This record gives sequence, C-alpha cells and structure tokens, in this order.
Amino acid sequence: MLQGYLGEYTAPLIHGLIHVAVRLCRDAWLQRRAQAAPEERGERGDTSVLAGLYGPAEAKVSKELPDRAALEVLLRPKVGLPGVLERSREQLLRQTCEAVVLGVLHPRTAISLVLQVLSDAGSLLSCCLNAACMALLDAGLPLAALFCGVTCALQPDGTILLDPTARQEQEARAILTFAIASSDRKVLMATTKGSCSVEEMQQCLAAAQRAADTIFQFYRDSVRRRYSKC
Amino acid sequence: MKATPLSNCERRFLLRAVQEKKRLDGRQCYDYRNIRVSFGADRGCCIVDLGRTRVLAQVSCELVPPKPSRPTEGVLFFNLELSPMAAPGLEPGRQSELLVSLNRLLERCLRDSKCIDTESLCVVAGEKVWQIRLDMHLLNHDGNITDAASIAGIVALCHFRRPDVSVQGEEVTVYTPEERDPVPLSIHHMPICVSFAFFHQGTYLLVDPTEREERVMDGLLVIAMNKHHEICTIQSSGVVMLLQDQILRCSKIAAVKVAEITELIQKALENDQKARKEGGKFGFAESIPNQRITAFKMESAAVDTNDVEEQAGEIIAKADPPSEVIANPVLHTPGTAQIGEGIESSWGDLEESEKEEAAEEEGESEAAAFECEKVETEDTSTVRKTKSDEPIVLSDSEEEEVVILEPQELPRKTRTQTSSKQENPSKKAFNKRRRKKRTSR
Repeated sequence: MLQGYLGEYTAPLIHGLIHVAVRLCRDAWLQRRAQAAPEERGERGDTSVLAGLYGPAEAKVSKELPDRAALEVLLRPKVGLPGVLERSREQLLRQTCEAVVLGVLHPRTAISLVLQVLSDAGSLLSCCLNAACMALLDAGLPLAALFCGVTCALQPDGTILLDPTARQEQEARAILTFAIASSDRKVLMATTKGSCSVEEMQQCLAAAQRAADTIFQFYRDSVRRRYSKC
Repeated sequence: MKATPLSNCERRFLLRAVQEKKRLDGRQCYDYRNIRVSFGADRGCCIVDLGRTRVLAQVSCELVPPKPSRPTEGVLFFNLELSPMAAPGLEPGRQSELLVSLNRLLERCLRDSKCIDTESLCVVAGEKVWQIRLDMHLLNHDGNITDAASIAGIVALCHFRRPDVSVQGEEVTVYTPEERDPVPLSIHHMPICVSFAFFHQGTYLLVDPTEREERVMDGLLVIAMNKHHEICTIQSSGVVMLLQDQILRCSKIAAVKVAEITELIQKALENDQKARKEGGKFGFAESIPNQRITAFKMESAAVDTNDVEEQAGEIIAKADPPSEVIANPVLHTPGTAQIGEGIESSWGDLEESEKEEAAEEEGESEAAAFECEKVETEDTSTVRKTKSDEPIVLSDSEEEEVVILEPQELPRKTRTQTSSKQENPSKKAFNKRRRKKRTSR
C-alpha cells in the first residue's frame, strides 16, 4: 500500500536526517542540522525529535470512538513539565495526523503517538511533524497520504528563509509552519506566528511546497535504506 | 494503552532458565549489557543506552534565591519521567509506585551522596544561588531503569557547563557563553547504581536484569557506589531476605562493575570534549547514524525557489476574493455587543419558557484563500437572544448575566457554525440556572 504513495516527485532537500529504528514500539528519530557557518560557534546545534507510536491497540472505554481510531499525540519537552505551548502543538499534530490516518479501518482502538524533544535549535514544529509522519509510516498504519512539515521565516526585509535556526526565528518578522500532504502538495495544517501579508504567505507556501518535494524524496530514500538493510 | 501481562509459561521458562544459569540474551550472571553514551549538541544533554533501555538526561541551571535554611548552598532538583513511549503500560500523568521509588532512589544516590559541591553554586549568600535541574526521561524500558538513569544523570552533570558569573559588591554579572567560557560543575565523585535481581528466594542472582527478568524476580538490591569503593546508597526491596555474605558479595561485584562503567564514562566525556575542541561535528545528528546501519543521513541542501513569487502571484490572482467579513459589531448597551446572527435552537421542542433562554452565536474569522484546518479564532463577545415574542423579565440577581430583549424586530435567523464546545455547556448551565430560579419563585 505504501508503494502507491511513493510517487515520482524529485527535488532537492532542505536538510535533515531521519533515523528509523525497530523497537518495541515503532520509533523514528528525526534530526535537523542547523545550517551554520563554521565560524559562528553559537549556531551549532541540531533539532532532534524522537517519535514512538503504539497502536492500533485496545482503547480505554472512556476514550474509544465507535467508528474510528482515537488518535492521541503527546509532546514532551526536554526540560520541565509540558505546558500550554506543548498542548497546542499536540493539537496541531493530532489534527494533521487524523487527516491522513485511515482511522475508520480500526474502530474502537487507540493510536498513541509520543514525541520527545531531544534538542531544539529551531524549526521544532516541522521537525515534530516529520517525525510523526515517519513513525506512522514505519508502524505500518494505513495512511491516505504522507505529510511533511516545513517552517519558513520571514525576515524583516522580506526574504524567506526555509528551516530557520533558533536565532533566525527570533529575528524574523513572522514564522510560518505548514504541513504539506504528499499526494497533491496540498496544505494540511498551517500555523503562523507574527504577521505577514497575503502575498508573503502565498510565497512562503509555494516555497514550502518546493521544499516538501525534497523531504518526500528523503523519506523515500530512508525507508528504502531501512528495509534493504534489515 | 494496556500492558501485556506475563504469561505463566513465560514466567516458568524464565525461572527455569535462571536455575540453569542461563539468560535470554546469552549473558553470564554477572554481565552487564552494552552501555553506550552519546551526547547532544547542548551542554549537559546525553542519552545513555543500557542494552535497549534508553534514558535521556538534560541539565539546566537558573539563578534563584536559596532555601532559607541553607543560604550558602545551591539547589539541586532531580526529576525522572517515564515517557509513555517507553512501554505500553505507561500512561501519561500517572504517579505510579515505580516512578516514585525510582525518583527517590536517584535523589538519594545523587543528592545525599554529596557528589556535587553545592557550596560552589552559591553566588551571593542568602540572595542568589544556582539551581541545577536534572531532567531525565526514560525513552525505552527494557529493565534496569535505575542503573541507566544514574549513569545518564552523572554523565549529564559532568558534561554540563554553567555560565560564568562575577560578583562586584552588590552587582552580579552573568556572562553569556560568547563572552566567557562556561564553567563545569564541581563534582567530587561519580556514584553509579548497580542492580542485582534475586530469584528463587535469594538462591540465584543476576546483575542488570532485563524487563522480563524484572517481572519474575523475587527481590532487588541496588547498591550505589563510586570508584573509590564508597557505598553511597544501598536499597533492598521485594520479598527476598538477604544474608550478610550475599550483600558483601554483591558489593564486591558492584565495585568491579562501577570501575568499568566509570572508565567508560570518562572515555566518552573525553571523546566528546575532543570533538568539540577540534571543531568537529557533535550532537545526536552525528552520533546516531554512525551507530545504526539503517539510519539515513542527508546534509543540508538548497531548495530551488526561483519562481516562487510568480507562482504565488498567480495563485492570488486566480483565487476568489475573500468573502465579506461580517465584522461590524452592533453595540446594544455599554458592555453588550453582537456580532453575526443568531440561529434557531437545535434542541427540538422546548417549552415556551425555555425557549426564552435559547442561545446565540459567535462571530467567525474568515477562512483564508487556501485550505486550512486550523481551529478558527472565535469572537468572545456574545449576547443572549430570545426567539419568542414574549417579554422577558430581567432577573434580579446580579450574578446572572443581563439578557437583552429583542422583541419582534429581528426575524428568526439561521445558526452559524459554532466552533466552540465550551458554548454548549455554558448554555446548558445558563438554562439550568434560569430554570432553578423560576421554580424557586
């Protein structure tokens, strides 16, 4: 079933490393290397998110839905207790995942996706989205499409930066994160922080759709490697 | 998620195997699993793999006022969390006994052993001290969380660098990492926990039990020791009664194991230090792909965004203009405004009196030109409207909200999509309050 979704889009990739490991539950490491000039010592860093997925498994009676699977997303920060920011990100991730997971094939079950932030150097939400998609993919859940997350930062002078680092995010005028589906490059989720005009948003979206091609190619290559090596 | 219970035949098999001095993974009774330490890009961040048990540790610091009883000492805070991804039976937000006992043991191991010099964390006595916070997350549970967490904790503490600070009279200056190199914590010794599992009423002993072995064990002995052969913590739990020579034997085994583990930790810290100094790449993005053959890595690559602007311009030109935003509030009285239109109650046949308390709407923000599934913001100014033509008495109570009458003028309208679930309970609550008031009259 997955072969059908590994379509024929090709394009260069932003950057990243996806590591898929077999464990008790299905895990996916997703890491991003910040684009850093060698002389900027402070910029060194990578954004890493570890995703683990359990399901479809028996759900508690209070949580089960009669006609489809109940999807739950938990995002755990590295330091401190999860707060409102994590909750809102969990909801965004959950809605994106629910849009692609064919939950009607597994009614009255629970699918529980846990994301642990290992390090944050910018573009965390899109990293979480990618990790979530890889976890869904590796777990073999039925999906209508794959999705990827792309973050764009709008700098004060209007230039668009894809996959910004933490410093670039701070200096940006607006940060837009899109979840883009693989089937037709449509937008599954969009969230913005800051203000931008409609034209700028459309430009960011178009840039994100270009970047999505590369990310999907990366998914394809990593899955191919994973299943050829084990 | 429910944990799968252990079957009886599996239990019998494991116990029988222990009797014959065999372990499922082929280890000897006193063997540890492979320990691997990897560091993150942040200072004080590390992941320790003990076989398949994986623990993430992160150290952070903050300037806080000290405890009143200890004005010249820094504050240490330890927290271990069992992530729901570690095992199917772990639910979020449930303080199980296991979690409490693990946390307590780790606290005793790290805090009561005085391995960290808290006096050196003092900046201004009585006013500002460093609070060192160690957060540990269990990422995969395959037994022996205690050992893995204690190794992760002490490695993270050794790896961490706190910002340099200088005090001039009353002024405290905290230097950023760019201004002055951060300073390591002052650590006297490295206590490491070693766990022993006992089977068959203490006859058989296994070091570093896996999760299966932990489920069938009778008792557990944890000894925290440093490389100078000093016992920092010792804890025995379970239903096994241990003899004195058993405990002595275990402590000798622990001494050997701790020496090996401490050496491994030192080597890992040195390697990381070397990598950072030489400007090489470090962090999880580097270490993980080298550890697993199934990992795939791609360096940063450029994305072709040449004609993005034209494409965006085309989309905007082709898109329908956004539908009219009905955002003109109608002010009825000071403090009460209306946006949008009210709708028919969908609760079916209500009594006449209840119809008076029927509900309303909220304004909706406009959906953008492209598809978006984000939750829309809702306008919070709402107003109660009536459907029937009967006049309504404003209640005397000041606690209830004021109801504005809209007799006859406004025709019945259709309900716009309510996007908030909170409105329904509040409507119901309101109705209930009103009903109660009426019956009491």
